[in-house]
Amino acid sequence: MYSALRPARSLLDLVGQTPLVELPRISPKPDVRLYAKLEGENPSGSIKDRVAKAMIDAAEASGELEPGRALLEPTSGNTGIALALIAKLKGYPLTCVLPENATEERRRLLRLYGAEIVASPADEGSNGAVRLAMQMAEQDSRWFMPFQYGNAANPRAHYEGTGAEIAEALDRVDVLVAGLGTGGTLMGTGERLREAFPDVVVAAAEPLPGDPVMGLRSLADGYVPPILDVTKLDRKVLVSNAESVAALRALLEREGIFGGVSAGAVVHVARRLAEELEEGVVVCVLADAGWKYLSADFWDATDVEESMEKTVWW
Amino acid sequence: MTKVRIPPTLRNEVGGERQVEASGETVRELLHDLSDRYPALGAQILDNGDLAAFVNVYLGGEDVRTLDGLDTAVAAEQTLILLPAMAGGG
Repeated sequence: MYSALRPARSLLDLVGQTPLVELPRISPKPDVRLYAKLEGENPSGSIKDRVAKAMIDAAEASGELEPGRALLEPTSGNTGIALALIAKLKGYPLTCVLPENATEERRRLLRLYGAEIVASPADEGSNGAVRLAMQMAEQDSRWFMPFQYGNAANPRAHYEGTGAEIAEALDRVDVLVAGLGTGGTLMGTGERLREAFPDVVVAAAEPLPGDPVMGLRSLADGYVPPILDVTKLDRKVLVSNAESVAALRALLEREGIFGGVSAGAVVHVARRLAEELEEGVVVCVLADAGWKYLSADFWDATDVEESMEKTVWW
Repeated sequence: MTKVRIPPTLRNEVGGERQVEASGETVRELLHDLSDRYPALGAQILDNGDLAAFVNVYLGGEDVRTLDGLDTAVAAEQTLILLPAMAGGG
């Protein structure tokens, strides 16, 4: 186990073991303690370092991934950046399929790490990236696609990492809130916390997408990630962009935490569920920090929804 | 009457409207009333009387699948939101 007092041999040894900090100033009730798990402290800046490392480790261990193969992954940004770091250190080329309206910081970071980018249509959101990456992987066996949406190593990374760390740090957890993307954080962390605290409420914060990024031709083009089992969620709450940004600002102004857009959504849901408790402990998993969103207009916009509706934020 | 928000994917089925109305004391009654008013929409969102796999239904901002499903009671002033199931970010 890595100790902060000793030098690490590799950046990859610094994945996980993220800080957990109490948020006393934004808890709506004095007897409800809110905690934030700061996943932006991971080496590439997001919780996806855990997932990327687990998926690559598992594929190498099984022999599926060998030198000479190239990595391909559909991503809205963070998983791609995490894979780019690992791919660089391990010597694999990486191509990411990214919706063309992802923020400029994400594209630039990916390129700086040395990844290639294939753009998927803006109006199809993450669905478009998934579909295009699957087509590419089918057409060329050179690709190895970790595929976070369907890879059991994704929730397992959170069961063994995120969840185990929270269970070790706290002697009580009543509510867990995390953002819903692939479902990996909620499935894995939720399962581990249920073992430690059987009555824990596992709650998903889910983005309400803007009309311009919901361009599915029909419901038949819908997609539910294979690793996501909605029956294992106790709550699943929609959060508008405006609500996410309001919570993001409160988090920064009152607690000094500079979070990403999904962190705002998670804090919004955490405060809403904290209102329902008399007393207890609510843990928020904050997937990343705000750096990758600095070029966005929403920080100063008077109409937050309008400024955000054309982009996939998380 | 309960306000029902329609995603772009399903607006053709309701004459292009972003929002329509329907009535019912439970989500099931509400969706059946909606299907009577807009049969083309009903054919998309209901599958043998159950929710179709790729549609998500939210009442008061929460997914009814994590509430009481189609038996979830509808309170006054609540809005129903329909959304296609989409891959989340990652």
